[in-house]
Amino acid sequence: MPTIKNLDDLKRIREEALEKRKLKTASGNVQVVVGMGTCGIAAGARETMKAILETIEKDNLSGITVTQTGCIGLCEREPIVMVTVGEEPKVTYGKVTPEVARRILKEHVGAGKIVEDHKIAIS
Amino acid sequence: MRELSLHLLDIAENSVNAKAGNVEILVSEDTRTDRLRMTIQDDGQGMDAETVARVTDPFVTSRTTRKVGLGLPFLKMAAESCNGYLTVQSQKGKGTRVDAEFQLSHIDRMPMGDLTSTILSLIIGFPQVHWTFTYQGNGNEFVFDDRVVKEELEGIPLSEPAVLQYLREMITEGIQANQPASRTSLHQP
Repeated sequence: MPTIKNLDDLKRIREEALEKRKLKTASGNVQVVVGMGTCGIAAGARETMKAILETIEKDNLSGITVTQTGCIGLCEREPIVMVTVGEEPKVTYGKVTPEVARRILKEHVGAGKIVEDHKIAIS
Repeated sequence: MRELSLHLLDIAENSVNAKAGNVEILVSEDTRTDRLRMTIQDDGQGMDAETVARVTDPFVTSRTTRKVGLGLPFLKMAAESCNGYLTVQSQKGKGTRVDAEFQLSHIDRMPMGDLTSTILSLIIGFPQVHWTFTYQGNGNEFVFDDRVVKEELEGIPLSEPAVLQYLREMITEGIQANQPASRTSLHQP
């Protein structure tokens, strides 16, 4: 079975993404980091990650970079998600269930309003 | 952890923490031999023999082996309770290979779970790592090498919506197309 079925699809995706980026450069980049140590995974971080990726896909949210990190020493508050919007300070959230993750994307990333009830720190 | 795919995610994180540049993941389900195998091989910093001997023992793990933590002992216990085993081979400076094998039909074997989400999490979450994922079902094979995708995208982040959809569909279809007919454990929850 071939590794990649349709490289042309990827070429098209790249062209579209480049076009979008030109339009979006003013709005600032968004970094989302999900804590995925053993503690995070056991607490459900993969489902949190999945919810974030699904929301990006479903709502067509461009310009969000999603990465992972290991245990940051706050195991009891996992799953932990850190969000940085443009030049704004980094906001660390705890107990981020898939539902909370969707709220963060909608309220914080989308509308600039920090989800206060799950905020751990701003740095 | 309730899914083998969550264990897989956890063990693969060790490879990233060990500064691996290339990580190869293999998942094999074979109804003919009734075995399920997971292999994670990396070119990270590796461990000396003494550390390797300790990483699967939860009561000896200390801060110096913290990057391994409880993940390996958990998986080893799960494998051994299903007529299987877990082995860790490592060489300092060369890399580490973890093999876990289970009796596929064992009543205590936890389900594979959401394998696509595990692979997606790794590929998206650690874009600096070169990931290769192979799924084998009764000898049929699906190979996903993320280098091909990354080269084609020329720096477009993997977390762009269209790219996400592409990756998710390709991995899901690749697994489903090669799954042994009687197996249902990999279906999305």
